[in-house]
Amino acid sequence: MSFFRMNGVSVPHFKHTAAMKAEIMPAPASVIIPMNMHIGAPAKPVVKVGDMVGVGQLIGEANGFVSSPVYASVSGKVTKVDKMVASNGAMADAVVIESDGEMRPFEGIKPPTVTNFDEFIAAVRESGIIGLGGAGFPTAVKLGVKDLSAIEEILINGAECEPFITSDTRTMIDRASDIKEGIELLEKYLGAKKIIFGIENNKPEAIAKMNEIAANDSAVSVKALPSQYPQGGEKVLIYKLTGKMVPEGKLPLDVGCIVINVTTLATIASYIRTGMPLTSKCITVDGSAIKTPKNVIVPIGTRMKDVFAFVGEFKETPKKVIYGGPMMGIAVPSFDQPVLKNTNAIIAFGKKDAERPEETPCIHCGNCVNSCPFGLNPIAFAKALELKDYEALEALKINTCMECGCCAYSCPAKRNIIARNKLAKAELRNYKQKQAEKEKEA
Amino acid sequence: MEENMIVSVSPHIFSKRTTKSIMLDVIIALIPAAIASVILFGMRSLLVIATCILACVIFEALFNIIVKKKQTIGDLTAIITGLLLAMNLPADIPVWQAIVGSFAAIIVAKNLFGGLGMNFANPAITGRIIMLIAFTGTMTSAVMPTMADAVAGATPLAQLSAGEEVGASMLDMFLGIRGGALGETCALALLIGGIYLIARKVIMWHTPVAFIGSVFLLSLLYTGDPEMALIYTLSGGVFLGAFFMATDYVTTPTTPVGRFVFGLGCGIITCLIRFYGSYPEGVSFSILLMNILTPYIEKWTAKKVFGGAGK
Repeated sequence: MSFFRMNGVSVPHFKHTAAMKAEIMPAPASVIIPMNMHIGAPAKPVVKVGDMVGVGQLIGEANGFVSSPVYASVSGKVTKVDKMVASNGAMADAVVIESDGEMRPFEGIKPPTVTNFDEFIAAVRESGIIGLGGAGFPTAVKLGVKDLSAIEEILINGAECEPFITSDTRTMIDRASDIKEGIELLEKYLGAKKIIFGIENNKPEAIAKMNEIAANDSAVSVKALPSQYPQGGEKVLIYKLTGKMVPEGKLPLDVGCIVINVTTLATIASYIRTGMPLTSKCITVDGSAIKTPKNVIVPIGTRMKDVFAFVGEFKETPKKVIYGGPMMGIAVPSFDQPVLKNTNAIIAFGKKDAERPEETPCIHCGNCVNSCPFGLNPIAFAKALELKDYEALEALKINTCMECGCCAYSCPAKRNIIARNKLAKAELRNYKQKQAEKEKEA
Repeated sequence: MEENMIVSVSPHIFSKRTTKSIMLDVIIALIPAAIASVILFGMRSLLVIATCILACVIFEALFNIIVKKKQTIGDLTAIITGLLLAMNLPADIPVWQAIVGSFAAIIVAKNLFGGLGMNFANPAITGRIIMLIAFTGTMTSAVMPTMADAVAGATPLAQLSAGEEVGASMLDMFLGIRGGALGETCALALLIGGIYLIARKVIMWHTPVAFIGSVFLLSLLYTGDPEMALIYTLSGGVFLGAFFMATDYVTTPTTPVGRFVFGLGCGIITCLIRFYGSYPEGVSFSILLMNILTPYIEKWTAKKVFGGAGK
């Protein structure tokens, strides 16, 4: 095991909502549920306009192996099945349901029969659960390991290293019994011998709760990690908890690890107990434009504007609203964007925090280089991108960049480093494609 | 209500540190040395400092106007170049020569290469070297501090180079009561500034420790006398160079290892020039030479990428 000095940055915590139990938001007038909330093939709508649906009823079926089913999050009438533009600019089918305000569960809801590994994986697939920490990768694909003996450790990600967000913290505090059940499922069906929780040390209450689980289970341990961003990055967490390095282009399983987010795990357990699939999500609503930050449990597909209306009036007019935390979150152009399966926070910034500081010339201070968890060199990336030297970009391992934002956060010149890295990756991809085509022709 | 929403690529929060705040820290760190220079060499040093700063800022502003670039004097870097250049000049330097040096630093070394962040050589050092060659007489005059016993004399390094006894005591050397450029003599003031910069995390300890450490060790090796080695280390521009010039971001490597190598190289070249070269002092030349090597040091000391295979 080779040693690697892993860097990062100390970001402000802003965990204002850590002590706030989530409030349940009543059904909004209508929800818009996209079919492409996960990584992989979008789900295929199976309802049509006019259908009456109950909470937990299938509205979109998984369309392929790497895909995930989608369920109605409110009861009511389907009023539209149409294309919508997602926040990433991609077009996808979406189902609009007009709520009858009753939140009537679908009558077909019943706990799945799970007695062995295959049934467990089938149940996880049916649950519609995807990586709820933000990645959105279908969990059944991740857990559907061909050779279970390859699993050495299962890591439970409760790091929650992004500022503001406390939804995973609340899961650990309020849903400890779900997590405990989830652990038992992993032990039973995946034969997990070693389960490690990774939690940043700024969540003592959550750590205490998880230690209670570990106290009664010798396979489980809890590791309090220093609060250094990006502790919750998958490869970062694996290295911090096990000392293993996931090689470039490889998966965690290649080093014997599976990483599951705490909320994902809790949701698996509650599905297997109740049969109610993933239809709602606990999200943190915070940011300088929010008067009373809160944790709210909302039906998936609830538009941001409805969430804001529930949380209360603004402190100031929001000029930027982001899905997720401020380090990696995605800014959205309008409040009509819905809460997705993997949304864990909505952060609204007032004018002052919304504006990106002006870029000034790079002074070669090295903050980006010295804060990169993976030892990458954003200065060299920028130069290679400017020179369109794609071979150099590849040699500099630009594709290992996880876009955590440590470089751009620490840059005194406020260079738009992540935007450049994204562009460089895209241009490199194009270049490789063209190279491949040329080779084919030759 | 939701008109004109700002959409930008992550991250959406930023550290408070800006280029300007870093430059302000460097200026603050140079204030002890500037005050020491006025105490040691009198009001003439204040005139030199004011001349260089003013000249540098005006040249920068004029350059931007002429080439129709956005005005950059607000980033404070021209002030630092002026202040550092002044620190490298003897107190009795003619004002017009100081202005020529400022021109060389700001226009030739910095802006003709593309301005802040684009220059490969430290502007203040380049300015000083150009002056040293152009105005050798005035640049090598060893002005003695007003409180020193000797009215005129040579710098300790010149004395050592000529095989003479060093006139100043060790305490004099540490406090700066010896001949030399106005900002380089007071090791105490430079140390205070340097420690401030390290504490504020503006610079890393690697460069100054490697630079000063290697000068001391090589001098010890050369003289075989710890006291002499200490005199070598305290004389000339080692402290000024190690804390303020070899740590310039633009012209030095970015990683801790690279910075250590850079400091080491500076120390070695400084000693080679001092012991075997025809100039008594080699700090400026060593930093300039290492500036040229910076891209190579960056390449050789590049950090291994996490999980990166081979190459």
